[in-house]
Amino acid sequence: MKREDVNAAMDWPLFFKEQALVCSDSRLRTFYEHGCISPDTPLSETPFVALDFETTGLDSDHDEIVSIGLVPFDLNRVRLREARHWLLKPRKPLVEESVVYHGITHTDIDDAPDLGKVSGAVLEAIAGRVVVVHFRDIERPFLDSAFRQRIKEGISFPVVDTMELEARIHRKKLSRVLYRLIGRRPTSIRLSDTRVRYSLPRYSQHHALTDAIATAELLQAQIRHRYTEDTPISAIWC
Amino acid sequence: MESEQIEIASFLAQYPPFNELPEEVVNNVACQIEISYYRAGSEVFKFGDKIHELCMIRSGAIEIYRRNGDLYNRLSTGDLFGQLGLLMGNKIRLPSRTLEDSLIYFIPERVFTELCERYQSFSDFVEVDDRSRLSNAVSRHNESNELMISKVTALISRESVHLDDKATIRQAAQKMSEESVSSLLIMTSALNEYGEPELAGILTDRDLRNRVVATGLDLDSPVTEAMTRDPVTLDDDAYAFEAMLTMLRYNLHHLPVLDNGRPLGVLATSDIIRYESQSSLYMVSNILRRQTLEELVQLSKDVKSCFVRMVHEDANSHMIGSAMAVIGRSFKQRLLELAEDKLGRPPVRYCFLALGSMARDEQLVVTDQDNALILDNSYDKARHGEYFEALAQFVSDGLNACGYSYCSGGIMATNPRWRKTRKQWEECFADWIDNPDPEALLNSSIFFDLDGVWGKTKWADQLNTFIVRRARKSPHFLGCLARNSLSRTPPLGFFKSFVMEKDGEHRNSINLKRRGTAPTADLIRVHALAVGSRAQNSFERLDDIIKADILPKGRGTDLKDALEFISMVRIRHQVLDIEAERRPDNNIEPENLSDFERRNLKEAFQVLSNSQRFLKFRYPYTRKQK
Repeated sequence: MKREDVNAAMDWPLFFKEQALVCSDSRLRTFYEHGCISPDTPLSETPFVALDFETTGLDSDHDEIVSIGLVPFDLNRVRLREARHWLLKPRKPLVEESVVYHGITHTDIDDAPDLGKVSGAVLEAIAGRVVVVHFRDIERPFLDSAFRQRIKEGISFPVVDTMELEARIHRKKLSRVLYRLIGRRPTSIRLSDTRVRYSLPRYSQHHALTDAIATAELLQAQIRHRYTEDTPISAIWC
Repeated sequence: MESEQIEIASFLAQYPPFNELPEEVVNNVACQIEISYYRAGSEVFKFGDKIHELCMIRSGAIEIYRRNGDLYNRLSTGDLFGQLGLLMGNKIRLPSRTLEDSLIYFIPERVFTELCERYQSFSDFVEVDDRSRLSNAVSRHNESNELMISKVTALISRESVHLDDKATIRQAAQKMSEESVSSLLIMTSALNEYGEPELAGILTDRDLRNRVVATGLDLDSPVTEAMTRDPVTLDDDAYAFEAMLTMLRYNLHHLPVLDNGRPLGVLATSDIIRYESQSSLYMVSNILRRQTLEELVQLSKDVKSCFVRMVHEDANSHMIGSAMAVIGRSFKQRLLELAEDKLGRPPVRYCFLALGSMARDEQLVVTDQDNALILDNSYDKARHGEYFEALAQFVSDGLNACGYSYCSGGIMATNPRWRKTRKQWEECFADWIDNPDPEALLNSSIFFDLDGVWGKTKWADQLNTFIVRRARKSPHFLGCLARNSLSRTPPLGFFKSFVMEKDGEHRNSINLKRRGTAPTADLIRVHALAVGSRAQNSFERLDDIIKADILPKGRGTDLKDALEFISMVRIRHQVLDIEAERRPDNNIEPENLSDFERRNLKEAFQVLSNSQRFLKFRYPYTRKQK
């Protein structure tokens, strides 16, 4: 069984209950105590939070988070009033390539706090909500790794991956090899390209908060086009 | 803690009314927004819904409806809706639905109210609906030109000088010398029912020269033999620009102004020229003085600069259209005089017709020649055909050389089809009205606007009367004409790529004539024929239509504002082309529009679209009655 299938099949509410009992860190305990909604909760009643990190690289074991953006939303509204954004000071120095990518420079983060300082606030903001990301291999593993490095305890939670939802439509039909054989490029499922397909406006990229908002809008659009209000959350989380 | 919303704030700051607010205020608004995505065809608000947010379209398009389901407005990126509901008891008056997949930003009522209270520019913007904004745009423009706001009475510098119609020419000349005036009003000696004399005619310096001295008329003959009878006059409540139009139209140098039939004074050309520095009136008299075709061609180069000047002097489209039409007409008149000099006296009487925009007094600088000939019923092709063919050819070539290019549709007097006797023309129009096939309808939109420019111009008026009488009584024809006039629609989703003209070199642009002024003129023509209006100009036709009270309340003035606005945008963009030494055309590229133009143009198109829908309903298509 592939990892995503394991996650999708997981009994998340039960996992949250167990973790709330076994965690020693109070922030993690509080997070789990908020619980996880039942897998049959309809999308129209699911509280979401879009989460986006800018990182120093793609490897969660070695790279670090430099900024976090998040915005709570539901099927009807993305609420900017409750949006949050943090710049963080990584333990290792920034490398030039990542500076080019997300535009966060050394001076920006000189006075920024360590993730340890804000993790309580981050967990509080996502507690009780289903986390939504575009490309699930960043936010969940990076957060897990960051906690393990600091307090020797990891974290896990269900996520909805808007990129994976898009891949279900565009990548199922043909494998990458086949695309190469027939000389056609596979449909891009990057955030900005996917948004264009749903007639969503072009936003500037690689700002954690703007990307979080962009992801939230994208999920609203995907649900409006591909699912119904009554579809259970378990159909799209993993 | 609030986060910075640079992306959202920079979007808001591009559009009114947010573009006039301080940056930090816009940032704060951006942080309060809620966002929602709607699929195409979803309801955003239905009638009676509670509303507590101002809505702004981030992407997509929204249609706003009246309660009865009529389309009220179509909005796109950057447009606001819901302000009316917020200002009127938090209830939705006009339901809304998405036309495309749309992303909407919602601004909380608390923020809306605070902005209204703190910023005048914000409350002014949201409290005025789009329709009134269009009419404000038009009147603001009009107020900037003195001719538009001054009454004729303000132009009269002295009282008119009168003389009894029993007087002799000599007495009249003496009176003019004593009073040092260039014109004299001749009053009836018989009194009317109110016991007052009436205006019988006008005598000018020019009349003394042309009708008395040049012809050797006896100085003791009655003044009535030298005067112009029943002269064109103006009422005292007219505006200065109407005086200018009248003088241009009839090529007058003196225009009596009357208060209930009582003469107040006489306007002279010089009174108007004070207001309009380098007037189109000069242009006209210059044309009529040229002696050869070459001189006319030389002079025609000034037409464009005359046009540019009028626009810079804030003339309205009616003034500019009339001035350009009069100039075009003057070229025709002078060319016909030159043709007659060359070819000799015409063998039978004729009337040279201007058709289309020139006849409507709606001519601009990009125009081709549409003309035709009415010939006397005694015309015999074998004997006279050659003369009129040569005459038409001379005029048509001359016009082409003067910048009025040949009509690509062949609607010119050089085409034997369009040289007909009076009787043949009546038969031809009767056939078009009785059997409105596609070709007849196409011809109708050109030939139904006709104006005599030379020769027996009375025939043109008579033909016009014939047409109006016949068309008015034919619901089948009106129904067909109405349907035909709906073939060209305004570009409603203005900024969306799919409505751009896809053909030819003007990709990504909109033809304001084809999609704006022409369909408006077509639509007005149908109503004008239905109410029996004999006016040719669209604004004057609209006055008749409004008087006849066949349109829903307010629609007539809305349509006037819309036509004026679209015309002025078209005119201004031609001026920009001329000044950049490009070939002026009727195309505009949306990115070259100011925000003010964009917003009002969209509203104007909406008015046109609504009027087209009304037309369909007012003149239903009926089967031909057997």
